[in-house]
Amino acid sequence: MDKLTIAGRDFSSRLLVGTGKFASNALMVAAMEGSGCEIVTVALRRVDIDNPQDSMLSHIDTQRYLLLPNTSGARDAEEAVRLARLARAAGCEPWVKLEVTPDPYYLLPDPIETFKAAEILVKDGFTVLPYINADPVLAKRLEEIGTATVMPLGAPIGTNKGLRTRDNIAIIIAQATVPVVVDAGLGAPSHAAEAMEMGADAVLVNTALAVSPDPGRMAAAFKKGVEAGREAYLAGLGTQREKAEASSPLTGFLHS
Amino acid sequence: MKIIVNGSERETSEGRTLEGLLEERKLDPQRVAVERNGAIVSRERFAATLLEEGDTLEIVHFVGGG
Repeated sequence: MDKLTIAGRDFSSRLLVGTGKFASNALMVAAMEGSGCEIVTVALRRVDIDNPQDSMLSHIDTQRYLLLPNTSGARDAEEAVRLARLARAAGCEPWVKLEVTPDPYYLLPDPIETFKAAEILVKDGFTVLPYINADPVLAKRLEEIGTATVMPLGAPIGTNKGLRTRDNIAIIIAQATVPVVVDAGLGAPSHAAEAMEMGADAVLVNTALAVSPDPGRMAAAFKKGVEAGREAYLAGLGTQREKAEASSPLTGFLHS
Repeated sequence: MKIIVNGSERETSEGRTLEGLLEERKLDPQRVAVERNGAIVSRERFAATLLEEGDTLEIVHFVGGG
């Protein structure tokens, strides 16, 4: 597959994997390996100082995978900036999946706070990958202030509903000059393939892998979906038509 | 002396450094990030950071997330 380039850095995989909600670290690693991904998202939370757990990082080969810390839990720009800076202080490269989701029910990203945080973080030297609703105007505005990608949602986080925002994602893809990473709501390899066929540059998947009884196998299935979709996009899909167009020759029938 | 760690009050001894507190709590300094009174303390400063009465610490680490 052709390379994906984000902020001047090349990746061979167009599938990003989230590390949340796996039943065990072993299953998380199985999904990472099955997916062939090179970028994995992680979250920052308070340590339980009375009961320190084994760090999840001890299970991730950080030479092989780029850690992309998210700002999940942030309800406004200030909290998101604080989380991004803490992640950098924890030893991550200054890359951040910016997400500001004040509403706990639908977890939809707040466009105003996301934009404000993106401005601050770009100026602070971060490579910013903002999680947004599939809003083409917001995507353009973020790109203009220097975000490295835009990450429109297919459907709310964890819903497995697929590309419910398809038409707006198509506009975002048509207008973008930075990579478009479709994030959230992709529940099946066919959803990932559909996004890639439309010309998305990459997809991010977490829940669909984590809730599968066999995350490694599901991740491998998503890998194929992403690759199939990308290849189809590059090969060029036929246009949809209203009337039939025969595939077989219409001349030389037995009765003619 | 009293300090606040991740939202709850703790008793710790005078003269304890941030590095000392992490060691006592068996936290790997390479795997955490710390805010002290709202300002990030870089990892290189853990050993030199002397905790003071009333300090508020936030100690965070990476967990799974999407």
